[in-house]
Formats: sequence, structure tokens, C-alpha cells
Amino acid sequence: MSDFIANTEKDTKEMLEAIGAKTLEDLFSDIREHQKPKSFELVSGKSEFEVIDHIKKLAAKNATNLVCFLGAGYYDHLIPSVVDHLSSRSEFTTAYTPYQPECSQGTLQAIFEYQSSICRLTGLEIANASLYDGGTALYEAMMMARRITGRNRVLVDSAVSPIYRTIIYSYTKNLDIEFLEIPVVHGQTDRNSLRKNLNDQVACVILQNPNFFGAIDDHADIVEDIHRVKALAIESVYPLSLGLLKTPGEMGIDIATGEGQSLGLPLSFGGPYLGFMATKREFARKMPGRIVGQTTDAANRTGYVLTLQAREQHIRREKATSNICSNEALCALRALIYLTALGKNGLLEVARLNYEKAEFAKSLLSKIKGVTVKQSSPTFNEFTVLLPKDPAHVIARMIEKGFAAGFSLERYYKDMKNYMLIAVTEKRTKEEIVRYAESLESALWS
Amino acid sequence: MELIFNKSVSGRRCTQFPANDVPVLKEIPKKYLRKSPCNLPEVSEMDVVRHFTNLSKLNFSVDSNFYPLGSCTMKYNPKFTEDVARLEGFTKLHPLLPQLRLGGILAQGALEVLYEMDRILSEITGMDAFTLQPAAGAHGELAGVMLIAAYHRSLNQKRKYILVPDSAHGTNPASAAIVGYEIINIASNKNGTMDIEALKAHLNQDVAAIMMTCPNTLGLFESDIDTIAKLAHAQGALMYYDGANLNAILGKCRPGDLGFDVIHLNLHKTFATPHGGGGPGSGPVGVKKELIEFLPISRIEKRDDGTLYLDYKKPQSIGYISSFYGNFLVILKAYAYILLLGKEGLIRTSEHAVLNANYVLAKLKDIYEPAVEKTCMHECVFSASRQILKNVHALDIAKYLIDCGIHPPTIYFPLIVKEALMIEPTETESKETLDHFIHCMREANRLTQENPEVLKKAPQTMPISRLDETKAARDMNCASL
Amino acid sequence: MNIPNNLCFTKEHEWIKIEGDTGTMGITDYAQHALGDVTFVEIPKKDCEVKQFNIIATIESVKAASDIYSPLSGTITLNNSELENNPALINQSCYDQGWIAKIKIKDIAEKKNLMDSTSYQKFVEGLAH
Repeated sequence: MSDFIANTEKDTKEMLEAIGAKTLEDLFSDIREHQKPKSFELVSGKSEFEVIDHIKKLAAKNATNLVCFLGAGYYDHLIPSVVDHLSSRSEFTTAYTPYQPECSQGTLQAIFEYQSSICRLTGLEIANASLYDGGTALYEAMMMARRITGRNRVLVDSAVSPIYRTIIYSYTKNLDIEFLEIPVVHGQTDRNSLRKNLNDQVACVILQNPNFFGAIDDHADIVEDIHRVKALAIESVYPLSLGLLKTPGEMGIDIATGEGQSLGLPLSFGGPYLGFMATKREFARKMPGRIVGQTTDAANRTGYVLTLQAREQHIRREKATSNICSNEALCALRALIYLTALGKNGLLEVARLNYEKAEFAKSLLSKIKGVTVKQSSPTFNEFTVLLPKDPAHVIARMIEKGFAAGFSLERYYKDMKNYMLIAVTEKRTKEEIVRYAESLESALWS
Repeated sequence: MELIFNKSVSGRRCTQFPANDVPVLKEIPKKYLRKSPCNLPEVSEMDVVRHFTNLSKLNFSVDSNFYPLGSCTMKYNPKFTEDVARLEGFTKLHPLLPQLRLGGILAQGALEVLYEMDRILSEITGMDAFTLQPAAGAHGELAGVMLIAAYHRSLNQKRKYILVPDSAHGTNPASAAIVGYEIINIASNKNGTMDIEALKAHLNQDVAAIMMTCPNTLGLFESDIDTIAKLAHAQGALMYYDGANLNAILGKCRPGDLGFDVIHLNLHKTFATPHGGGGPGSGPVGVKKELIEFLPISRIEKRDDGTLYLDYKKPQSIGYISSFYGNFLVILKAYAYILLLGKEGLIRTSEHAVLNANYVLAKLKDIYEPAVEKTCMHECVFSASRQILKNVHALDIAKYLIDCGIHPPTIYFPLIVKEALMIEPTETESKETLDHFIHCMREANRLTQENPEVLKKAPQTMPISRLDETKAARDMNCASL
Repeated sequence: MNIPNNLCFTKEHEWIKIEGDTGTMGITDYAQHALGDVTFVEIPKKDCEVKQFNIIATIESVKAASDIYSPLSGTITLNNSELENNPALINQSCYDQGWIAKIKIKDIAEKKNLMDSTSYQKFVEGLAH
């Protein structure tokens, strides 16, 4: 059976001799008899062909032939072939964190270019080398705001992804942080409620654009209010939408984070994904995670290194800005290759396609008897509809018709009974959208 | 190499999307739009391919170079696991699908991978259940410490301290501090293991847990581990196991049997998933049965008919620690690797990892001072204390190895060893590779004595030489805007 | 090792020069040497009240970050904003241009908790062993 071990019996014997041990077991003499495993009942090994065969059978049990109108922060986008091909190069995949810059310039320059792309995308000045995912990135941003302001109250827009909000609440259970949720009016952040609760106790306000309901907002006015009490404005953004939408930088946001899955990462049942974070230069040293900086060698040649490491756990230990060691380097590389392949015009184009297809879907769905498409604020590629029946049942019927129809909002918003969230990306064709509308009508009424 | 942004030529295109096939109905009001298009490079597909192909060539990697980076287990990453992770049955699966009514039945294959991994990892480590959600080792530590906090909270105890040996990875104290604990460092004794007397002095009912790595970061097995566990448990404190070094003990002992209550693994280390230049990893957390109820939601459960489903009704759970079920594709690769190795392969893995490390130790200990003079586990730690006399530092030796085509070992860690060189060869390296490495290390020492300038100037064979890190930190030029 | 004899010292390697009710403080030659090239100084905020031996600033170098403790209790009256642009001043001139803050001293009796140059010299020599 293969186990990737090169040592032959002859090698093993020679090496044991050099060590001065008789058997391999001698090398484990520090493990005492009573410390040996009470059980180690695993099946015997197999060839790679058998393993692949077994896993293919598991893959076949997953239904991936559904036409996807399901989003809720995670989207079915087109991915250019170059992304897979280039990011699979094993010089990238089988390297580790670039501790030794001279033999890691490939990874380091790629991260520098990734950081640059995230800055250009968000309109901010400095980005880190990436975090685990959108939810944990938002948690890290909140902790960063606490460190900067020394305050402990946090206002959260209730239209921020409920998945992200639960993550933040879980992580902070053992800490003394006071959270307050700001309601939503007409699909956007409730300005009045926010202003009423803003004071000099507030560390930060957490916003999202487009929000969980898909609605687009301009938070510039809110940011002014937030800065008046010297709190920080944090915004979670959908990076692909920034091909078109006003950037966090343009709104004056202090820390932008987001889920990078839409930038060339497959859905993959939830991971690996990519959390990104960008901020203003003045906060750079309070930002968690790895950061790559440009410098020179003795001959004045340009090169890249991990920098600002004094903030990090391997130096600061319990005083570090966060406990994070690694990033999601390979996912960040995918995002960089994706953004590079699309370029300035490609990103604008794909963002427009998302918007236009979603608008087309809205127009068809609003004609269905009993269906109300929420139109109070503009949306990007996702929107809510009010159904005349329980969406859970409708979604189940739509699965039978070959669609992942959307997401029932009642799961996270108790007062949003019969509301469903529908995502339409550039990947959906006119034919699919038309068929979706027809199927929804028949799922409701026949 | 020139930045991709500098290769941009206005009007050049790579990816083309399908033409819009739906009518354009309205425009987004202008106040919601960005002022100008995002300034991404305009390059052709060939430009993209050349740029990233050439960038990749600037890296040392396991596939191209010996990479004995201590504490990181840079073993060979089998290629067939890449194939299974590309199966569309997994890559196209939306994570919310099993949360829809009737949706769970459409993701049974993926749920089975997670369910099986929970069982397999439990058997390998002697724990009772795993969550696969943490995205990396440090993330697992954070989740693990949250579980410890939840456990004590459920007993209405507010414990203040977590004890950490001074040889620990920096993440241990960092993770504990983020959850709100104060850290007490416990000294190591002259044998390089935990000083039991020093431990006793700090162990009381205010201590929530002891975090340990075993074998520890000096590559030594803590033979007194069960005594330490008994002392901790007598005070109601829990034992936390940092699984960074699990590769040394596969099939030889199990953290669960040794008295550990909470444990994190690094699938990217022990179970051969590629490190990706610093992620994505996967850091599953295992617990004993007393802590199962606190594990993050969702949990995967089996119905009577054998089908799997996600259970969110866990009132004692610490809640969500990641958006979904973990770094699924990484978990899948590790699953494939474990199936291929099987029981015997896993045992041989630890045996040859330990053999290789001891071989390196035996062949170098006459010229480099071992941190501790005894048999090591899967890695050996030297101090460049003899080389320092010639003003040659661990860093210089590391840089010289780059000129030999070898990725340097971990240096300056653990912190308790002066001028540390931490070498982890892993089981997948051949004797010839180790002999070449040993030769290069001996050569480094010869040059230290005869011509230290060569080491001071190294590396000289790379596109760049040593970089000015002070300038990087002062200038903070971290993006091309 | 440069240890001027008109200053008082802490075990954390800060110095303070006491002139009437005002103290000027910084880090010692030993400390700047141990840190290596300083890359960033987070200077204390003006008008901020500080307690003896509490953290008032952070200094970063490439490989280390170090908290700076106030030698005496009092109020920060002035900070050395030059350090924000030129952190290397700490390395070049730790007792002069690399000063960190001026403090209006609250309780001069706390001076008894500090070392004079002779004791500090001995303290530093003790660390070498």
C-alpha cells in the first residue's frame, strides 16, 4: 500500500544504526506502556484509484444540477479557467507562509498585488493578506475598533448578514461588550434609530452594503454622524458589487471587510472562502492578520516581506492584535487572478450583468399572482419577495422542478413570515430566469 | 518582477462574459455608484498566465525543494487529493442547500464526508467528538478556549487564568487572551519538559485550563503528561492539546487517552493538505463527552433511516464560529489521504517522521548543539550557540541553506532556545535528501569556521538578497494604489 | 552602555529626568539596543493621566514590540511628536532627541521606587549573567 514514505528496509536499518537504536519502537521509548493507545481501530489503506472511486460516489449523492437562485451572501458566479489553472501551480500550493522572503517572492508579491487590488476595489489605503471568511473578518474589524477607541458598545445594523452577526455574538460571549441592533426601514438602515443611539460610549457601527436583503445604500451621511462621536464606521461589502457601487472609501468608512467568495472561489459547501479587510492608513498598525510590504535589498532591488509583524502572536503572544497566524493565501491568490483576468472593464461588466439580470427577474416575478417584489430601495443582484404561501414549502416544490429557489427569511427574521430572498447572478441565462418565473407560478398555484 | 499593474495597457482584455441576453430595464441612481471604474489592470490572457507562472517560479515549495520547516510538517501533498477536491459534486454545492426543506437530502455525500471525518479523527486521537468548522489551527484554538469558557460557565465558575508553558506556540497565549483569560507562563525544566513544581505553584481553582503541545516544541514527548493532567483535573481545570505535532504520535499514543479534554488538529500538517502559501488550512477541534454539548452549531446527526441532517437545536452550544461547516475542500483532501494510508500507513507515518528527525539529530549533534541531548520525536532543535562564537547566527545559516536549494528550518523558535534551528524533515523525505541536507549543514559549519562572510552574504543565488525589513516597517508601503 | 548619572531609572528600562515638578522620560540605551531598529512609536496622548509603572506607550521594532511604562504618576503635558515621523531618533539619541513624554509629576515621593544611575548600572550588569 502506498504511504509516500521513501525509506526502504535497508535505509531504515542504516539510519537506526546511525542513531544507535535497534528498532523503530526504541525511538518511542518516552511513551510509557500505559500511555499507548487504548484503541486504534481504523480500516486498512487503499490505492488512490479506490479512494477516488469511493469519493466520486459520495460526490454523486450531492445534487449540483439545481439551477441556483440561492445566495444570502454566497453566490454562484462564473469563474474564468485561468483562475484554477494558475492557482493550482504547486509552487504556490505547496509553499507555506513566506517567512523566508528570498525564496518566497512569488507568494509575497502575489499578496502585495492582492492587497493592492483590495484597496483599489474598496477605495481604502491598506489591506491585510486576508482572513478566514467574511464573518470572521467582520468580527476582527469589530475587535479592532474596540482596540482603537477603547470603548465597549457596538451598534449593529440588523440588515447585516444574520450569519455574521451570530458569529460576532458567539465569539464575544466571554467579553464585556454591549451590542445593540438597529432596525431596518424600507430595506435600509434606520437613520433615526441609529442617531438616537450614537454617543461617546460607542466603539463602532457595523453596516453592510448591499445589505442582507440585497438593498443598496449610501452610508456617507451615517458615517458623518459616527465620526462626530469619534466612533468607527465598519462596513461589510460584497466585493463583486464594487465594480459598480460606491466604495467604502468614498463613503468615509474606516474599516471595510467582506466575503471574497464571489471573486473566483467555487461555493464548495462553505469553504475554503476568503475574508478581506481594508482600512485607512492611520489604523494600519491596529489591523490584525498578515501584511506584506515593499522594500529593497542591499543592491536596491525591489522585494516584498511580511511586515508590521510586531503586532502578531508569534512576537506579542497574549498582547497580540489577534491570534491569527495564517491567512487564506491561496484563496487570496485566486481572488487576485480573478480580478486581474477581469480587469477594469470586466469587473464593471460582470457587476452590470448581475444588476440587469436581477432587474429582469424582478419584472417577471412581479407579474405573478400574489407575489410582491419589494421595491422600496434599489438592489444589486439579490432582492426579497413576499409570497402568498410559506416559502419553505415553495422552495421544496421548486427543488422538485430543478431550482434552488432562494432563502426563506423567516429563519433569521421572525417577523418576515413568507418573505424569500432571491439571487440572480451573471451566470443565469434569460431562459433560466423565464423558466424560474414559470415554475414559481406553478409551484404557487397548481 | 514588475507588478501586474505596471503591465496594464488601456483597452486590453482577458475574460469576456456572455453578452447580456435580457433587456436593460433601469439604472441604479447615480448617488449609489462609484465615481470611476475600479482601477484593475488591463491585460491579455497570455499576460495573466505569464505573470503568475513566472511569479510561482520565485517560490521554494515542497514540490520543488526540501522544506524542513519545524512545527509546520511540510510533508508531500498527494496529487490525487487535488482531483477529489475538484469534483463538481462538491465544488458546486451551495452551503445553504441542506438548510432548505428537502435540501439536506441533496447534500448527503458532503454531509457523509464530515460525519465520517468526525468519527475517524475521534478514533485517531481518542476523543469523543469533533467539530470540523475551524478554518485553521489558531481558529481551532480560539474555538477550543471558547469551549473551555462555556464549560466553566455552565458550572457557574468564573475562572481567570490559563497556564501555558514557555515553550508554547505564540498562538496559545494569544487565543486564550482573546477569549478573556489572563495568561501565566510556566517554565520548562532543564530536560526541556514542563517543570511540575512550577506548575503546582500556579495551579489552583482559578485556573481554567493548561494548554500544552505534545510532543512539545522542542520535539520532546512530555512523559509526565498524565501526572500533569491529574493535577489539573484535581483542581477542576481542563487540559488543552495543541495538535501541531500530532504527526509524531499517530498510532503511538492518543491525546484522549493521556487525559486531554479539548484538542485541535491541523489537517494541513498531519494529514497532508497543501499549505497554500499560508492557508487555507483546517483546524478541527475534538472534545471529551463532557464538552460535546458546547460544540459549535450546526452538528451533523444521523436519523434512524441512516440519512444525515444538520442539528441546530443545541442550547448549550457556543454558537457559530464560522459561516458553515469548515474549510470543506481541505477536510475532503485530508479524508482522502487518511483513507489511502489507513491504519498501517498512519502508524508508519509517525515511525518514519521520528526516524528521519533522529537521523538528522544523530548526524549533526557533534557540530550543532542540541537543545536537549536525548532522542527526539518528529523534529529536532539545535542552538547555533557554537556558531555564534564566530558571529554566525541561526539566520545566517538559514540564508546559506537557501543557496543550497533548501528551504530553511524554523529559526528563533522556540523562544527558550538561544539561536534556535528547528528541523522537521517529515516521513516523506528520502535518506538521500536528508544526507544532502546534513552535508549542507556541515558545510555551513565549515564555512562558519573558515569563511563566515559567505554565510553573512547569503543568499546570493536568488533574484534578491536579504531585504531591509526595517525600511518595510517604517515606510509601510503595503499597496500600489 | 551609556547611563547618564543625572537621571532616574525603572526596571523596565525607562529613564526620567526630574526638574522641579516636571519629568522628561524616555527609554534607556540598553532598551533601544535590545529592541534594535525602532520602526514605530505609539506616543502617549497629551493631557492623559498616568500612574506609576502603568503602560503609556508602545515601541515597535522589526522583531519586537515593547510596552513603555511611566516612571512616575502624573499628567502628560507634552509628547514628542517628532517620533511619529522619525522613530529612529530613539536609536540615535535615546536620552535627548528621542525623549518620549513630559509629565507633570503628581507625587514626587514615588521617586523612592526608582533607581539612580549606579543602581541601574548594577541592575543591567546583573541581567547579563
